[in-house]
Amino acid sequence: MAKVTFKTDICKGCGLCVEACPKHILGISQTKINKKGHYPAEMLEPDACIGCASCAMMCPDCVITVER
Amino acid sequence: MVVFEKPKSLTDAELHYCPGCTHGIIHRLVAEAIDATGVEGRAVGVAPVGCAVMAYNYFACDMVEAAHGRAPAVATGLKRAMPENIIFTYQGDGDLASIGMCETVHAAARNENITVIFVNNAIYGMTGGQMAPTSLPGQVTQTSPYGRDVKVAGYPVRVSEMLAALDGPEFIARVAVNNVKNVRNAKKIIQKAFENQIEGKGFSLVEVVSSCPTNWGMTPAKALEWVEEKMIPYYPLGVYKDKSAEEAAK
Repeated sequence: MAKVTFKTDICKGCGLCVEACPKHILGISQTKINKKGHYPAEMLEPDACIGCASCAMMCPDCVITVER
Repeated sequence: MVVFEKPKSLTDAELHYCPGCTHGIIHRLVAEAIDATGVEGRAVGVAPVGCAVMAYNYFACDMVEAAHGRAPAVATGLKRAMPENIIFTYQGDGDLASIGMCETVHAAARNENITVIFVNNAIYGMTGGQMAPTSLPGQVTQTSPYGRDVKVAGYPVRVSEMLAALDGPEFIARVAVNNVKNVRNAKKIIQKAFENQIEGKGFSLVEVVSSCPTNWGMTPAKALEWVEEKMIPYYPLGVYKDKSAEEAAK
């Protein structure tokens, strides 16, 4: 069971994790806004995650921690 | 089990880079190399002038801030004075390939036992997107609004190919961070550049083809596509020089 956690407050909403995800289950939030003023990335379908860490590899800000 | 987390050699400081800037990825790869080779505590970094000038806030090791382009000269002094320490420089293309070209070429020619991380994004980032020595022919920048005209501004400098022609350097390679596969490869190559220094082999330079979404005027994802379509054909990836491997093959 893979688990991806986002440090939402330091996310800049660049979307590179969304592009990198092979399962296309990440998105940029349309409703939340973080303390930096960005729309952060979020997990849309946690159950579909395979824990490949592609999102974390492409994240420039070390926002993402992946557990499996 | 944790599969991926922030490396220990990065501090908790928030990066000041623009959204989608690949400096963050390269910082992480360098920190992972420091962790993996077990040199935390004796690693000393030399920060450049440019966007990465505040790298000293982000690496959890001792850092020195060098004058513009002089990081390889400062690193030479550090390494000769403290041979037990592991010295790396982190420089952009405006720093290394322009004002610091002299220091870079001579540090390579002397085969100084240091590790150089060269971030090539084909533009001056911090100063607002001016044409760099590595800007591609026809590339639009603040100072080449009609595209880089090679008749006036000359051709881009391919630093890796140029340095690989010298007899001095131990290891010269070019990698990219535009997709997951290339990031994984970049991680291995940067780690090798650190291992070379630990084994006392000599000058190792890793050129990292990178992006600048803000000054290229693109979204972060589009900028990485531009790296794949325009940058990598002009700056082919690969290992250009590996003296130990060449000698072993003889």
